[in-house]
Amino acid sequence: MLQIPCPWCGPRDQSEFTYAGEAHIQRPADPSQLSDAQWADYVFMRRNTRGRFREQWQHAHGCQQFFNAVRDTVTNRIETTYRPDEIVSGGRP
Amino acid sequence: MTQPNRLAAGGRIDRDRPLTFTFNGKSYQGYAGDTLASALIANGVSLIGRSFKLHRPRGIVGAGPEEPNAIMQVGKGATVRPDQRATQVELYDGLTASTVSSLWFDLMGINNTFSGLLPAGFYYKTFMWPKNYWPYFERQIRKAAGLGHSPIQPDPARYDKMHAHCDVLVVGAGPAGLAAALVAGRAGARVMLVDEQAEFGGSLLTTSEQINGRSGADWVAQTVAELESMPEVRLLKRATAFGQYDHNFVGVVEDRNDFAGDSSSDNALRHRYWRVRAAQIVHATGSLERPLVFANNDRPGVMMASAVSTYVNRYGVAPGKRAVVFTNNDSAYQTALDLHAANVEVAAVIDVRAQPSGELAARVRKAGVPVYGGYVVANVRGARRVKRVEVQRLSGEQLTGDRMMIDCDLVANSGGWSPVVHLHCHTGALPVWDDETASFLPPASTHAQRSIGAVTGVSALRDCLNQGIDGGAEAVRAAGFTPGPAPEPSVAPAPCAMPLQPFWLVPKNKPISRGPKQFVDFQNDTSAADIVLAAREGYKSIQHVKRYTALGFGTDQGKLGNINGMAILARTLGQTIPETGTTTFRPAYTPVSFGAMAGRDMGELYDPIRKTAMHEWHVAHGALFENVGQWKRAWYYPKHGETMQQSLDRECLATREHVGVLDSSTLGKIEVHGPDANEFLDMIYTGGRRKMKTGTCRYGLMLHEDGMIFDDGVTAKLGDNHYLLTTTSGGAAGALRWLEEWQQTEWPHMDVFFTSVTDQWATVAVNGPDSRKVVEAVCDDIDLSNDAFRFMAFREGTVAGIPARVFRISFTGELAFEINVDANQGRQLWDAVMAAGQPYGITAYGTETMHILRAEKGFIVAGQDTDGTMTPLDMGMHWAIGKNKVDFIGKRSLERPDIVRNDRKQFVGLLPTDPKTVLPEGAQLVSQAAPETNPSFESPVPMEGHVSSSYYSAALGRSIALALVKGGHQRHGEVIRSPQPDGHVIEAEITGTVFYDKEGARQNV
Repeated sequence: MLQIPCPWCGPRDQSEFTYAGEAHIQRPADPSQLSDAQWADYVFMRRNTRGRFREQWQHAHGCQQFFNAVRDTVTNRIETTYRPDEIVSGGRP
Repeated sequence: MTQPNRLAAGGRIDRDRPLTFTFNGKSYQGYAGDTLASALIANGVSLIGRSFKLHRPRGIVGAGPEEPNAIMQVGKGATVRPDQRATQVELYDGLTASTVSSLWFDLMGINNTFSGLLPAGFYYKTFMWPKNYWPYFERQIRKAAGLGHSPIQPDPARYDKMHAHCDVLVVGAGPAGLAAALVAGRAGARVMLVDEQAEFGGSLLTTSEQINGRSGADWVAQTVAELESMPEVRLLKRATAFGQYDHNFVGVVEDRNDFAGDSSSDNALRHRYWRVRAAQIVHATGSLERPLVFANNDRPGVMMASAVSTYVNRYGVAPGKRAVVFTNNDSAYQTALDLHAANVEVAAVIDVRAQPSGELAARVRKAGVPVYGGYVVANVRGARRVKRVEVQRLSGEQLTGDRMMIDCDLVANSGGWSPVVHLHCHTGALPVWDDETASFLPPASTHAQRSIGAVTGVSALRDCLNQGIDGGAEAVRAAGFTPGPAPEPSVAPAPCAMPLQPFWLVPKNKPISRGPKQFVDFQNDTSAADIVLAAREGYKSIQHVKRYTALGFGTDQGKLGNINGMAILARTLGQTIPETGTTTFRPAYTPVSFGAMAGRDMGELYDPIRKTAMHEWHVAHGALFENVGQWKRAWYYPKHGETMQQSLDRECLATREHVGVLDSSTLGKIEVHGPDANEFLDMIYTGGRRKMKTGTCRYGLMLHEDGMIFDDGVTAKLGDNHYLLTTTSGGAAGALRWLEEWQQTEWPHMDVFFTSVTDQWATVAVNGPDSRKVVEAVCDDIDLSNDAFRFMAFREGTVAGIPARVFRISFTGELAFEINVDANQGRQLWDAVMAAGQPYGITAYGTETMHILRAEKGFIVAGQDTDGTMTPLDMGMHWAIGKNKVDFIGKRSLERPDIVRNDRKQFVGLLPTDPKTVLPEGAQLVSQAAPETNPSFESPVPMEGHVSSSYYSAALGRSIALALVKGGHQRHGEVIRSPQPDGHVIEAEITGTVFYDKEGARQNV
């Protein structure tokens, strides 16, 4: 079981959290302007990275806040977590 | 009662406390401090059971968690424990134990006689071919399978869980672990020290070496006393760290009661599952001796050399009267010395190494024991117990010279040591092969953990203590502490040792498949020949060989045999051991009880039960309940003598003709507040919200971004920037999360807040033509007339003297009022409504009637008629989509080519041809008639869809159903068929989805 540092509450057991998929998937500003392929890419396609991965979690049984984490999907090491509105150096990986 | 093999003196047993126990029906005596295994050996019980597959006689091999053979059923009644290793079961007075396999003694003994017919892969091959044989073999195998029986009565004991955090967790309380814990404890850190045994000390309990001029056990006592005096140190005995998981989470199961006897029936705490999160972990898990592989090495009386020493030194029992020691390393010479010191005759030491030259060998020779260098035990004679061994000279890969027979009843053997790297490797790290010790060692760790002591391949006591001191200091420093003063144990230098000679298999001078079996895995009867056969049949990966031969598949997880098996495979394939690799180390290290895992999360505490404010009324009126999420909802209210259908007909007709009332408090309710509430909800719902007027309600659908419906409900506009959303009863939490996710992650600039108010409100839904009269009788401050209070409107007022929100919404198609009050006053409202409705025959109805009434109207239930693959278009709900909306979640997907296909499954009604036949929900639908009547029958039969809702409608006097049928919107009038499991076919006509009051007039009166 992972121990996840919630940016608001501090380190908590994984059982308090819900996974919320890849982070930094921006909803297109005007979906009607997108081709079917572009739209499908936004809706369905995810990276499934082996290694360093930016992902979202919700502290569902806690503060209910969503946040982002950088986790190595091989070792499960969590490098950092940050709020959705925080600017992260290097931007989107 | 005599204990023929009990030594006159010695051991850590209490000879003043004799204990009586029963094994396989016979009564014996042992002493406090014995294990079941040591007590059995003391009583001369050498045949303890039969092996699993071949039913060969087996005896005790080890003295700890590695034991493969002595797997016992211990205790009785409701607290009987299957799958117990006798070597780890502490003796108590009145203990009852049995070996399960002995029950099949006569029946299955034949397997051994015909063992040539049961080679590796037997089960696989039988499963594959001949096809029809498998069911027969499966029956036979199932009868014989299993190493124990579960109790059939409920377990009266308690189990619980503890969540613990510590700075340093030390696993194993041998010399290294104790030293590490002491250093860490002296630093003031929170330290946990866990050990699977009843006493701390590990090898120190039985060593003849001294620390500071005193016995090892004295140093243990002194160290434990100091640790116990430290307030931040927690010591757990009889506690097995069975698994290590991500982020230094370690599962530890502690026996709190089993060791003491069968007293669990008085609600005692039996096992405690410690869920430990450690900043730093120190593995001091030690090592297990591995056997040598030789013919008939499974005969009772063949034991691990270190286990023999343990029985002699710790328990004061002699596992035999005349021993032969067989080894490839120095450690077994200590066993020869231990036996000699206990006055047990040692006939010979047989050493694979040509010139045994270590200091211990010299001591053995000096004691008068002959040492045969360059010899092996080629075979063991004796049917039910070792009688003698055949010894031959080893020349390269050949046995040469004459066979020498040595009479003995005990073979103490050692093939070297396998470090217990299990925990270290549970998180996925691969162990590293070390040529010098011929063993897999823990890898350098990237986690906050380290290994010390014998698990790192060292064997000298001095090295173990020093590694413990250093490892404890390193761990506590990494946890942010300054290490305390290190203990300075002084130990004599280890005797000069001769290196181990790796030796995996005693050769035979004939094909390996001929002659007596050389066992690698005792519990699963895997022999060296089986592994060679697997390789010959093309299995190259150790993972495949494991599954083909069952090597390491037993409850012992191959603790003894795995490394030998890997080495034999490597040699057969002509590759190195590291190239062959290990199988994966997985939790649990030793078996863990289901009770410990479940803890208190069972029965009423398994999952919360949610009840509405009116629950007790439903109970008092005979309601049956159904589970909706965690809610208990009244299902229907049978009256005396009614069938279920009669109850439903009565509830349905009362609601359609007069007035019915439903407790709909369980519907999810979310309040949405904030200046951007309009804009936000416009994105969430398919329909427009911006133009809603305060005091009105709208039905809405929520889609995922892929265009699929996931929830539906009514939105009421309570005021500017203030809405109340209802969701399905089971979907409330998911809907709230959905809102939060979009607001927090996509539109954080929007000023809007969400509050779950499901539990704060009780809801009474009054439905039927007489509902207005009933509500009028209990409410005098809202004008309930149709002109003043239109359908899909909302009013605030007072009902039954309680402040209330009243919604004119309907899930039945009838005139209806849904009254919401503070949940604390829900029962008061309910009682008032029931009293006011009495003149009209008001009838409480449950969820089943609710479903029938809504199905008559074609109203969907999200999650029943939709399944995550249905769009609003599929459901024929174009009307729920705001025509002029630029965007909402899922909108763009509704134009995807796959979504606008006209052969998608679409929502239709079904009228069975026989109006008395109710289609089963979930039934599959096809177009074709049965082959007997259908010359153009096509196979396989194309599937056309399935039934999603189906009921008998009292109002219509016939059965109805809702279904999802390919291209269904264009197929009204067509006959579709549902073949049933019993062979008969139900035919039905495809129709529209509204069966009752198609104009929708009744709700608008």
